[in-house]
Amino acid sequence: MIELERVAYTYGGAELFADLSMTLAPGSFHFLTGPSGAGKTTLLKLCYGELIATSGMVRIFGQNTREMDRDQIALARRRIGVVHQDCQFLDHLPMAENVALPLTVSGRQEEADEYLADLLAWVGLSGQASQLPPQLSGGERQRAALARAVIMSPEVVIADEPTGNIDWEMSQRLLTLLVELNKMGKAVLIATHDLNLIRAAKTQVAARVLRLRGGQLQAAGSEL
Amino acid sequence: MSGWTSVLVGDPRADRMVPKTGFTVQLTVFSSAAMAFLAVFALALSLATERLADRWSAELARTSTLRISAPQDQIAAQTEAALRVLQTTPGVGSARALSDDEQVALLEPWFGPDLPVASLPIPRLIEIVEIGDGFDATGLRARLQAEVPGAVLDDHTRWRAPLVAAADRLRSLGYISLALIGGAMAAMITLAAQAALSANSQVIRVMRLVGATDAFIAGAFVRRFTLRAFAGAGFGAAAGAAGIFFLPEADVAGGFLTGLGFEGLHWLWPLAIPPLAGTVAFVSTRTAAIRRLKEQS
Ligand SMILES: Nc1ncnc2c1ncn2[C@@H]1O[C@H](COP(=O)(O)OP(=O)(O)OP(=O)(O)O)[C@@H](O)[C@H]1O
Ligand SMILES: [Mg+2]
Repeated sequence: MIELERVAYTYGGAELFADLSMTLAPGSFHFLTGPSGAGKTTLLKLCYGELIATSGMVRIFGQNTREMDRDQIALARRRIGVVHQDCQFLDHLPMAENVALPLTVSGRQEEADEYLADLLAWVGLSGQASQLPPQLSGGERQRAALARAVIMSPEVVIADEPTGNIDWEMSQRLLTLLVELNKMGKAVLIATHDLNLIRAAKTQVAARVLRLRGGQLQAAGSEL
Repeated sequence: MSGWTSVLVGDPRADRMVPKTGFTVQLTVFSSAAMAFLAVFALALSLATERLADRWSAELARTSTLRISAPQDQIAAQTEAALRVLQTTPGVGSARALSDDEQVALLEPWFGPDLPVASLPIPRLIEIVEIGDGFDATGLRARLQAEVPGAVLDDHTRWRAPLVAAADRLRSLGYISLALIGGAMAAMITLAAQAALSANSQVIRVMRLVGATDAFIAGAFVRRFTLRAFAGAGFGAAAGAAGIFFLPEADVAGGFLTGLGFEGLHWLWPLAIPPLAGTVAFVSTRTAAIRRLKEQS
């Protein structure tokens, strides 16, 4: 579904990585770890077309991102649910409307009325539906971001530090949701520092762990 | 253009994505209202001068008259002499003495139908129809003075020619003003739209991240600006039309001033201003948005 082939990325003059390859197949479950600043967020942005590789090739659903126009990227993003590290909400809209944004921009907002309430209940935010994003706690924002990422029932879910601000119990619930989505055949890619989360996941699903360090992407072994 | 239907139908939840705050919206409403107000006056000026020019040039195309005032027994002879002179005057298409009946008809409004024409010393009128550039009035007067002492040439058309030219010029100025008003409005709305797009770059970014297409994002801005321009222009045009409707009447003295206004169906013209303003806003916001979205990719 998403393939990276010998991808390099350079910010200005600073080369972050030079030769990365990775494939997200349907039903796969990947963790991406590595030190802060290694380029995890950058790698994820390459996967949903926010950044275009400096060299090499990124294919999303079979299309080379370098050759996609903005509308094609937009349509591809509707099939990829993303939890951004900095959440990315519209601060003037209530949380519930933010969660429903992907449906709104694709002209499917009637569907929001069907599952928005259930989804908010599932991430434990039923009571905060009408609050503005700046009025939510960090963890509440992250849960809202996860709800938004899955509301379109995407084929791929990409999450950047989804459990950075939430307590262990809530991270377990988010993990369970992601595992459920994965069992429905969706590809999941999670960037995280949280080794406990990775360990917990490994008991539920055959997760692969990739470590990004010094511009290299390596499969982490059984030490986790 | 699918943009049109979405402007009219709209989608309240999509429109909410662009925050309502900011001066750009007020700027759009205000400038549309002001421009529409001015446009009503420019339009009234153009239409009024057009009517004036039409009336004057119609009269110009009409006739001059030659009046023969002489003792009763000489009128017939002088009339004939005058007609002879006129027949050989370049620029005179035809010349014809009015019959008694025609003269009575002309006088009737003033003296009633029972006027005893025969017993009154009424001058004879000769109707002259000009052709080409008309005749040389000074030369004609000199010749008439020599041959027809009782003739008075009533050359009432001459002084109108420069007025018609002035009215034509005024009308063109009115239309130029309308075009300038439209252009200034387009420029202001473009600026306001660009400011709104810059102020909302984070909103645009989020909309993109959740899969919004350029058309969807542009639509949210275009709809807002088009509707505001339409509403502002509606307000301005209504105020302008009311201003003209309630211009005080001062019939005789201020002939031209009170002529400034709309007559009959021309009152429908101000109604065209808000849709035109909406169109201007639609085109300028859409252009600004599409260009902006291309840059900010
Ligand atoms: N827009 C940018 N322009 C220039 N440099 C950038 C930009 N974004 C990130 N970088 C640099 O690229 C490097 C990798 O950033 P990235 O956000 O991908 O790291 P990360 O692995 O996600 O880190 P963290 O775990 O802290 O989230 C960092 O050194 C960062 O300073
Ligand atoms: Mg990061």
